[in-house]
Amino acid sequence: MIAATEQLGTYLESFTEFQKRAAGRDLPWLRELRESAFARFCEVGFPTTHDEDWRFTNVSAIAKTPFELARDAKVSKREVEQFGVDGPGCHLIFVNGRFARELSSIGQLPAGVSVNSLGEELSANSSDVESHLGRYLNIQRDVFSALNTAFAEDGAYVHVRRGVVLTDPIYLLFISTTSDKPVMTHPRNLIVVGDEAQATIVEDYVSIGETPAFSNTATELVAGENAVVSHYMVEREHRQAFNISTLRIQQGRSANVSSHSVLFGGGLVRNNVHPVLAGEGGECLINGLFIGNGRQHLDNYMLVEHASPHCASRQFYNGILDDHAHGVFHGRIIVHKDAQKTDAKQTNRNLLLSDDARIDTKPQLEIYADDVKCTHGATIGQIEENALFYLRSRGIDEIAARKLLLLAFANECLDRMAEGGAREHVEKLIHVHLLQIANSVTRLPGATVGVDAGRNLEEIG
Amino acid sequence: MSLLEIKNLHVSVDNHEILKGIDLAVNAGEVHSIMGPNGSGKSTLAQVLARREAYEVTAGEILYNGKDLLAMKAEDAACEGVFLAFQYPVEIPGIGNAYFMRSALNAIRKYHGLDEMDAMDFLPLFREKLKLLEMDEKLLNRSVNEGFSGGEKKRNEILQMALLEPKLAVLDETDSGLDIDALRIVAKGVNTLRGPERAMIVVTHYQRLLNYIVPDFVHVLVNGRIVRSGGPELALELEETGYAVPA
Amino acid sequence: MSTNLDTIRDLAQQEYKWGFITDIEEERIPKGLDEDVIRLISTKKQEPEFMLEWRLRAYRHWAALEKSQAEPKWANVMYPAIDYQNMVYYSAPKQKPRLESLDQLDPEILRTYEKLGIPLQEQKMLAGVAVDAVFDSVSVATTFKGKLAELGIIFCSFSEAVRNHPELVKKYLGSVVPYTDNFFAALNAAVFSDGSFVYVPKGVRCPMELSTYFRINAAETGQFERTLIVADEGASVSYLEGCTAPIRDENQLHAAVVELVALDNSQIKYSTVQNWYPGDKQGKGGIYNFVTKRGKCAGVNSKISWTQVETGSAITWKYPSCILQGDNSVGEFYSVALTNNYQQADTGTKMIHIGKNTRSTIVAKGISAGHGQNTYRGQVKILKGATGARNYTQCDSLLIGDKCGAHTFPYIEVRNSSARMEHEASTSKIGEDQMFYLRQRGLKAEDAVSMIVNGFCKRVFRELPMEFAVEAQKLLSVSLEGSVG
Repeated sequence: MIAATEQLGTYLESFTEFQKRAAGRDLPWLRELRESAFARFCEVGFPTTHDEDWRFTNVSAIAKTPFELARDAKVSKREVEQFGVDGPGCHLIFVNGRFARELSSIGQLPAGVSVNSLGEELSANSSDVESHLGRYLNIQRDVFSALNTAFAEDGAYVHVRRGVVLTDPIYLLFISTTSDKPVMTHPRNLIVVGDEAQATIVEDYVSIGETPAFSNTATELVAGENAVVSHYMVEREHRQAFNISTLRIQQGRSANVSSHSVLFGGGLVRNNVHPVLAGEGGECLINGLFIGNGRQHLDNYMLVEHASPHCASRQFYNGILDDHAHGVFHGRIIVHKDAQKTDAKQTNRNLLLSDDARIDTKPQLEIYADDVKCTHGATIGQIEENALFYLRSRGIDEIAARKLLLLAFANECLDRMAEGGAREHVEKLIHVHLLQIANSVTRLPGATVGVDAGRNLEEIG
Repeated sequence: MSLLEIKNLHVSVDNHEILKGIDLAVNAGEVHSIMGPNGSGKSTLAQVLARREAYEVTAGEILYNGKDLLAMKAEDAACEGVFLAFQYPVEIPGIGNAYFMRSALNAIRKYHGLDEMDAMDFLPLFREKLKLLEMDEKLLNRSVNEGFSGGEKKRNEILQMALLEPKLAVLDETDSGLDIDALRIVAKGVNTLRGPERAMIVVTHYQRLLNYIVPDFVHVLVNGRIVRSGGPELALELEETGYAVPA
Repeated sequence: MSTNLDTIRDLAQQEYKWGFITDIEEERIPKGLDEDVIRLISTKKQEPEFMLEWRLRAYRHWAALEKSQAEPKWANVMYPAIDYQNMVYYSAPKQKPRLESLDQLDPEILRTYEKLGIPLQEQKMLAGVAVDAVFDSVSVATTFKGKLAELGIIFCSFSEAVRNHPELVKKYLGSVVPYTDNFFAALNAAVFSDGSFVYVPKGVRCPMELSTYFRINAAETGQFERTLIVADEGASVSYLEGCTAPIRDENQLHAAVVELVALDNSQIKYSTVQNWYPGDKQGKGGIYNFVTKRGKCAGVNSKISWTQVETGSAITWKYPSCILQGDNSVGEFYSVALTNNYQQADTGTKMIHIGKNTRSTIVAKGISAGHGQNTYRGQVKILKGATGARNYTQCDSLLIGDKCGAHTFPYIEVRNSSARMEHEASTSKIGEDQMFYLRQRGLKAEDAVSMIVNGFCKRVFRELPMEFAVEAQKLLSVSLEGSVG
């Protein structure tokens, strides 16, 4: 909290300037939304490690840095190509948080599908945006959501209307460019998938250059009744980047949503996934893979809220950590009083490749219903030397053998992704990255373990 | 005589009346769809047909194959050929899928005075049905519904139906939560089982399923009563107009 | 309401099937405990001097603990205070001085075993099980000694072992559970009446399952068994312990101690089915079962495996544990604990990893019904030197009805960074919907109940020797009580 006030002047300046020029500045509802969010941010400031939700992640580096809003920048088609976002489907490119129409290709969309930049929708005063934006993210609970909402202006707007099945993914590529000062962006996405509709969304964060940048992104995803939605989050920015992302999912009756997070870039990364199973019979898969080395800090925070009966949630996170990397798995499950027959499962598996790598894994179950099934499990281990030896004895060299074993571990996550362009995209990125990790690991494993295995199952029954 | 005849059925749960006089006749070979908004009593009807005792029948009767269905216990109704594909299939940890299905099949065979089927005879049959539902052989030994995704659970229900070959199959929201590929597979499984000896009641909230399983009759259940009945075109009409019920 | 629930209730109404009282003459000493009683016990048992000394040291330790009110209170169980001076510490059936064959055994005792379904006769040999039956406190019959003796295996009552193999007893007694270990272990060491002793010499695989049936019979008699099993280098043995007890109004204290010692490359498997009188439906009566069971994997590559199915006793307080001292040693704990009516169980295990590459597996299944309270308490400790240690813990609770409770207290202490830990926990409820699902597929209600419960316990039953697994399944369906909420 103290840290936040250090740079409050910079934020205040940025916000004042922002309110004067931002898209949708004339809309009273939006103005009010932004102002109350900014007030909330000023009131509570950045969290500290005394805050239970931030126990393992220290954001004082963010709090201390005087970030300014990123300026517009030019990026060439060629520069975009290097990121390999080229599968079939719709591609939206954002540079420093701003929609770059000339780089994007929306292509031929079936009837009933709207894809646009949020900024343009706001300028056009879309009633659809008004009825959803800011309705789900909780700016009281989470200060980064408040900060994002205060500066919410651009990002993707996707609306798939009732019954429409979209087979190709919609790619959202967010590029941050180099800058002479530390800059911040607050991309804001709104994805509405109607009743019985089906869609796949990929959010992909990359950077050009190596200057400090802070991406504070937020996505509100609404899945209507019986809708089927897959969401991918890929973080592959450079090591000077701070990336805080929040995915807030609102699920209707029998809606089936999968969230796949793949984190391997960034210096300090926090990925929040917060589904609310609001309708009966909903199903939610939260699948994650985080791969860290150097001094990376990768924090995965889940808040799964079971608010209706007969819903199922599955959290599966695999972590691979090398060097001094620090991973966090914080899986919180709340089962509301009326959410009987809830079936919640949580598994976190970790591979530590060095003595100095560290993982904190914290399951947290809060159960207010009495007829539920909640399971959690965590494992922490190293690459099996036996397995490595076995492969080498069959003629596979050590690096290839390591990569194979790492890949096998990562595949547990890949296998949970539905076949298709989005999965292929992610698969390619993971393969390349794991080869790098396998190359750099040469010493014998052994690692520091911090297990927070406090179980909270006693209350049930 | 119809395979199933429901006459003036009234059903309550905790003194709250849910079904308020249902009349429905279903002949062998027919597929009936029951549609309606949330809380209209669709699932209650399905469960009463499968003889769940938690529901109190306060008036009316159900004749199944000429017999009093309401006098039957759940297992007797099952053995008489009533099958319910559950909206929320239940997990039975530690009991293998194949073992469970063989136990069920043998319970029904025993009821009809047939010899029990041993594992050797059962496995080929089971594998054949797995193929029909495009399900993995791994399901042979996995515990019943445990760790299954929503879609796998629904497919597993249809797999059981294919194996137990019921006379009256009641499908309770078998389509909910399925993606388009899984929906096609389930529909294919159901359509394969359509036949002159078998009747089906397809309970659904969404019209989508009926694009794949085309019913002979559609009934609209609202607030515990069947308010409209018609052919498959009624489902399409509802898709346009909704159930048009005051909330 | 539904017949599903009625069936479960019917099962619940079954009276304790094994309850009866045998009329038999007893020899007993007066109530109360002091040094004279200890001396009397030792004299009656014709013990050598070292045993008496050990008992006295234990007694003094216990007396000091009792004085300072150090009876453990941390377990999640509740019971009225025990008056240790209002108990009889020794009772033995009067019998002819020496038995030449089973025919000489008191026919009343033989009938008791038959009622219990314990086939003590020759068919036991065909079944491959040697029986050392403990009736109350003194061993009354031992069979197959000859066959075991050929292999050099010693399987006898503890009293006999003290007399005939004092050097072995002296070497291993208290080496795993010293009398200073805890309150009840001290009490046991002071007054233990009898128990079993097994020694399997180097390189010998015991060809049959060794089994002992304990039975508490005399009213108001605390039972203090002591078991010591030693597997020498390369030896292996499987030991079964099964219990039933007759109905009593007054609570009976049972504070047994079991010590296992596994030397290099040896294996000990210890299985228990415990079905002592749990008290009536109102929670009156029943056995207090405060047991200390511990095994030491003293040698490299040694393995100790505990399997237990606990359905009886009013209160159970029991943590079969493994000290994994030898490198590459393995400890296992598989448990089903069922509590219903007013039963309370606080049970679990301790796995202490000391040696390198030591591995432990814990699978604990708790079933609570009625007003039963079931607590899993487990400790996994990886010491600094235990490089490469691994633990897998799975801990599941099944609730039947809404008045019972399941509690989980895991304690994990890791001092070595190369440790690999896995744990899983779940709590679920057997409900009307599970029953309905199975019945909708044509299964009868009672088959549905047993299918659900056996499925839940499968992983543990798999570890039991065949005949025990069958008995365990039967026990569960008989003991399963309570109503579905």
